[in-house]
Amino acid sequence: MQADEFANPGMLWVTRGEKLWRTPAGSTGAACAQCHGEAAKGMRGVATRYPARDAHSARLVNLEGRVNLCRTRHQKAEALAHESEDLLALSAYVAHQSRGMPISGEVPAELRASFERGRTQYHKRIGQMNLACTQCHQQNWGKTLLAQTISQGHGNAYPTYRLEWQSLGSLQRRLRACYFGVRAQMPAYDAPELLELELYLAWRGRGLPIETPGVRR
Amino acid sequence: MRRRRFMTLAGALTASQALPALCAVAEEDPLAEPIRAFAAGTPVREGKVVVDTPRLADNGFSVPLKISVENAMTPADYVRAIVILAPRNPRPVVATYHLTPKSGKATVSTRVRLNGTQNVLVLARLSDGSVWSGTAEVVVTESACLDES
Amino acid sequence: MLARVRVPREAKRGEIIEIRIAIQHRMETGFRLDNFGRPIAKNVINALVCRYNGTEVFRAEMGSGIAANPYLQFHAVAEASGEFVFEWTDDAGERGSERASITVTG
Repeated sequence: MQADEFANPGMLWVTRGEKLWRTPAGSTGAACAQCHGEAAKGMRGVATRYPARDAHSARLVNLEGRVNLCRTRHQKAEALAHESEDLLALSAYVAHQSRGMPISGEVPAELRASFERGRTQYHKRIGQMNLACTQCHQQNWGKTLLAQTISQGHGNAYPTYRLEWQSLGSLQRRLRACYFGVRAQMPAYDAPELLELELYLAWRGRGLPIETPGVRR
Repeated sequence: MRRRRFMTLAGALTASQALPALCAVAEEDPLAEPIRAFAAGTPVREGKVVVDTPRLADNGFSVPLKISVENAMTPADYVRAIVILAPRNPRPVVATYHLTPKSGKATVSTRVRLNGTQNVLVLARLSDGSVWSGTAEVVVTESACLDES
Repeated sequence: MLARVRVPREAKRGEIIEIRIAIQHRMETGFRLDNFGRPIAKNVINALVCRYNGTEVFRAEMGSGIAANPYLQFHAVAEASGEFVFEWTDDAGERGSERASITVTG
């Protein structure tokens, strides 16, 4: 379903993103395309380098965060809500431009501390089930939980269409679902904890091709 | 939320001793009425309809289904209608398709929701009024990880 | 309602062509509850029709058993250059449409 560019339901969001790319937004009335031009050129390879450090705020941002920074800073528009159709559409459209390109996974010196916190988070037991990410997705991938095969836990296809969600969703939504699964307190969207985990996952998945929009169960 | 609903339901059942009634409902074929409605009195014959689905579905939210009716598509002899029936779904009639000789080929693909493991039944009505059927069993597995995100 | 359709740009007269359509729609079953425990009203695309130069070639009646973001693939005989028009409606009365043109040779 994922490989068939038409049957892949995530492509509905990509199509929507393509329209939004050319739609003026905010008080400046500028569309993404006005600054960035054709996404096929300007956005090619961008998703392979996220999450990244935003130079202006010195903060870690993911692709969704970058889209919203562009809106608030440059377009003078309101930030789009987490998991809103428009934010998913724009981030999927941008990430789709890097389809097939390998995740860089490079960790610049100024992100080293964030990266190390992400690594610690990945290996830390949490929740009532007292499980760490690594116990399922590193030590036991390929085995089954009930009838379900445990994945290797890579983020290279996000935003992804999950059949269970019946919708496209972000990597943070998926990570939060894992927190819920092990009965742990779910961090808020854009919590440093989740962004740092995303950064660690990008390094862990370095070299894997971007598959956005993926299709997962 | 789901558990609370179940408990309410279970409580109601015990209270009213409704178990025999429930069994009686379960025995009635949920497809009897939709088959009657589609076939309109014509006996349903097995054959001509090929239902192609994965044998095993990771979940029931979106199961690919391809239906092919092996019949001509000429003005004199063609497939007029197709119905997809899922007996274990809360609404067993999933979809009805209407074709014409201009459809060229009686092959339709879609994606359906399946409320658990079941035999999907597909009926086709031809221009001569005859009704044909085909089935496919789909095993739907459940997820181990809860996701309330 | 956002949708994608695919019809071959060109075909030979008499050729059986493949037609595909995907529509962004939740196909709300009516069986789900919101965060406050209130039922979410059923809202599915219940009817879709495809016409080729004005003549109906395919029509679907759909229910809550069709997966979210419905996808359909069917066929038509290429007869003359012209247009395929797709129209659909959901339970809330919202309508959607798409069109695609084809050039038929020979």
